[in-house]
Amino acid sequence: MKLGILINEGPYQHQASDTALQYVKAAIEKGHEIYRVFFYNDGVNNATRLATPPQDDRNITKEWSALAKNHGIDLVVCVAAAQRRGILDKGEAERNGKDSDNIEEGFRISGLGQLVEAGIQSDRLITFGD
Amino acid sequence: MNMLHTVNKSPFENSSVTSCISMCAKDNSILFIEDAVISVMKATKFTEMIESSLKDFNMYALKPDLEARGLSLDNVIEGVKIVGYEEFVDLTTEHDSVQSWL
Repeated sequence: MKLGILINEGPYQHQASDTALQYVKAAIEKGHEIYRVFFYNDGVNNATRLATPPQDDRNITKEWSALAKNHGIDLVVCVAAAQRRGILDKGEAERNGKDSDNIEEGFRISGLGQLVEAGIQSDRLITFGD
Repeated sequence: MNMLHTVNKSPFENSSVTSCISMCAKDNSILFIEDAVISVMKATKFTEMIESSLKDFNMYALKPDLEARGLSLDNVIEGVKIVGYEEFVDLTTEHDSVQSWL
């Protein structure tokens, strides 16, 4: 089955992105297709590669990135939510005159249309938030 | 419509659990995750509400979230099914849609 995932919270305020990650891993294990993971609102904070948690802490950004790499999952970050929170890819950094970008490998920045499309194309859309 | 409801807040914190139960259609399913798992413990002020709702809804609680909070599986209300992430996935695919009570 095709599953779409919406994540509305970052990794250090609520459990939402952890629950989503475990859910996605279990779904892949069961042979389901993750059509897209859409990061919205504070969920975009999952996408910064500059976050440096202690080594004995879980690194959720790296875990998402590894899933994208190993299973070809489309990780999409909402552009408007990302700009407010300083999450930038190379193109956005240049366009906004910033000195660097910080998006983790495997994530891409795009618009809310990608969420709508995930809702249409997926058999189920599951929301994880506060 | 055969809908799965997920709730992630403790009923001691806000009204998500009670709202979900009052709005939920008969024979729908409710999955308690994160802080909501305390809803399914015996001997709380919400126990009676959960027990009496079991005749109308299927109820599930996520085992890793119970364990993470030190809530003994022996104290889970009879009739509530304890599930892992694998069954969480099955529940979302077996129902027609999923409503997250945020």
